[in-house]
Amino acid sequence: MHFGPHLLLAALEGLVTSAVLALTALGLSLVFGVMRVVNVAHGEFFMLGAVLAWAISTAISGHPAIGFLAALVLAPLIVGAIALVAERLVLRRLNYNPEATIVATIGMLYIIQQLALTFYGPEARPVEPPFSYRILLPWFGYSGYKLSVIATSALLLVATWLVLTRTKIGLVMRATQYDSETAQAFGIPVDRVYGGVFALGAMLAAIAAVLIVPISQAHYLMGQDPLLLSFIVVIIGGLGSLRGTVVAAVLIGLSDGIISVFFSPTLAKIIATFLVAMVLVFRPHGLFGTASR
Amino acid sequence: MTDKNGFFDLSKSTLSRRTALKGLAAGAGLAVAPGFVRYSQAQSSAPVKIGFQSHRTGIGAAYGRWYEKTTAAAVKAINDAGGINGRPVEVVIEDDGTDPARGAEVVGKFATQHKTDIVFGTLFSHVVIGSAPAAGEAKIPYFVVSEGHHVASTKLNRYVFQPGITDVKSQIQSMAPWIAANAGKKVTQIFPDFAFGYDHRDYLPPALKAQGADVIAQIAIPPTESSFTKYFPQIPAETEVIYHVMVGPAVLTFVKELGEFYGSNRPQLFGFMDSLEATDINSPGLEFLDGSHFWEGSPRYAQPDDSAAQKAYRAAVGIDDNGAAVGDPKDVSTASHMFGCWETLYVVKKAMEDAGYKGPEDRAKLVEATEALTEFAEGPEHPQGPKTFNGKIHQCFGIQNISKVEGGKLKVVHKTKIEDGLYEPEGDYTTQAL
Repeated sequence: MHFGPHLLLAALEGLVTSAVLALTALGLSLVFGVMRVVNVAHGEFFMLGAVLAWAISTAISGHPAIGFLAALVLAPLIVGAIALVAERLVLRRLNYNPEATIVATIGMLYIIQQLALTFYGPEARPVEPPFSYRILLPWFGYSGYKLSVIATSALLLVATWLVLTRTKIGLVMRATQYDSETAQAFGIPVDRVYGGVFALGAMLAAIAAVLIVPISQAHYLMGQDPLLLSFIVVIIGGLGSLRGTVVAAVLIGLSDGIISVFFSPTLAKIIATFLVAMVLVFRPHGLFGTASR
Repeated sequence: MTDKNGFFDLSKSTLSRRTALKGLAAGAGLAVAPGFVRYSQAQSSAPVKIGFQSHRTGIGAAYGRWYEKTTAAAVKAINDAGGINGRPVEVVIEDDGTDPARGAEVVGKFATQHKTDIVFGTLFSHVVIGSAPAAGEAKIPYFVVSEGHHVASTKLNRYVFQPGITDVKSQIQSMAPWIAANAGKKVTQIFPDFAFGYDHRDYLPPALKAQGADVIAQIAIPPTESSFTKYFPQIPAETEVIYHVMVGPAVLTFVKELGEFYGSNRPQLFGFMDSLEATDINSPGLEFLDGSHFWEGSPRYAQPDDSAAQKAYRAAVGIDDNGAAVGDPKDVSTASHMFGCWETLYVVKKAMEDAGYKGPEDRAKLVEATEALTEFAEGPEHPQGPKTFNGKIHQCFGIQNISKVEGGKLKVVHKTKIEDGLYEPEGDYTTQAL
């Protein structure tokens, strides 16, 4: 294959990775930014989204698009509810202590994973894409659905950004992130904001999973890769910085796609990890993170 | 709510980043942490105890489930017919997570805690290779159903046997003439990047060379990979045949993305059924497979010329004419491999009877009795077909099927002969001490 089409394919593959990664990492970044909680169970919320998407789309008969759209709406809501319950039952009782919440979310990771194994089983199960249009380029064919994933993810990212910057909910969240004690003093229900943010973070991961599951199937161990990649993205972009998270996701996704296609996927992972190390050494707050005040 | 410890104070962001890193390290640690192990007491030695090392979880889970079904059916058939040496057979299952390190632990558990007579049933080649030393050390016979060449290569040890399924080197050698004559001469190989894939990588090029065909590119893909399109540009444009064999939970994605990449304008495809085991070939997006060919160990779909033994075997295991579980057409079996469990258990029965096997003290006798076997006739005990067994390399040799995808089914179009797959032994296990 010639260089041009080769690069195009690499960029497309990279953008699909970026799209999903940006949504997942945004959830992780949001939870950390507002709550200062490192959610190790984040990947499991991603997995739950995919597993629920399978359950919902198989329960609904008819055109695959109906089942998929139902999954796109219901799966994140259910995951959000589960996250909210987990937040109320566990994180709040630990007073959001950073060390304790890490251990607690590790526990949640295991519990969710084993429950999925028990009730869903160890198989990888496919979800039918809502449409299966194949775009025929002169050099190769490409899945139309994959392109729609990129577009949907971009829309959702813009929507999240609008919510955070233009709405009262966003204002409240930003105020809590900036200084929770003062926010509380001004009558912001910080406690409820925390619950909402944790649920929202999990829902973003679940949406990303519903989008990707027609491409890569639901499996109970599928949460591990997104978790590690999200951490990489969040560290490179700067903890708590949404702009940094999106930029880093596109950077990591594209470099992963391009390096994987031209060299090897292993090299792509090596470079991403190396980048994390370099960022930590030379720009400890990430590319867009704010330095200590 | 008060913030006594300053956890929400943004000025402590350095501490928080460190905290984040701790979380990252903890997350990475989880990926390698072993799961729980279940302990149970050794029981009386009355039944023959078979330790079944099963891939219940991990990337081999679909195989593990069907290996368990097949094993349960074979054990029931053996017990209904009076057991082994008049003793009932009892299967003890341990999950190895499709992981070599846990595989070795499981073998150790069978030998020392469950005190089983043998260990049986492993498929994934890296687990077999990881577990074999533990079996050799414990001097417990280890009957695998793996199809990798590692047993026959004589690089493992005297306690490891593969009497129920032909190894990859032999499979490739017997099919290479058909590939070169019917599919094409310029072959690009796609294989999983671990032991089993390396058998394909190493033995296909010489086998094709002998037939005047060439492997022009070899593409290794990690078995845990979840997206494949990025590998396809490496397939050279002049490729006439893509020879594909993939494993793991993402095989359906692999085949689907291959279809998206090529559409109907594709090179010839010759695949190992591994690329689609436990997966419906009529899944949406797989239409492009129509007319392509697959290796099958034992045919998934019932064939018009099926023997009575094959029909009885399918009924006993509980698969319908489409190779799916009776009553659940979506639960597709791993028909190409799981017959090996059935046949291996009958080989164990024969060897135990020949050895007059009484208990673990007779394990060495069992090894020698297995090595003395030479042939297995086609019949209810060997429904896949007749086999020969080479006791020096602990490997059996049988027929292979080449099937064509036609109208949403797989139809056997060619059956190889046992002689097609025979090769010079690379060593001799019988010279090793027991």
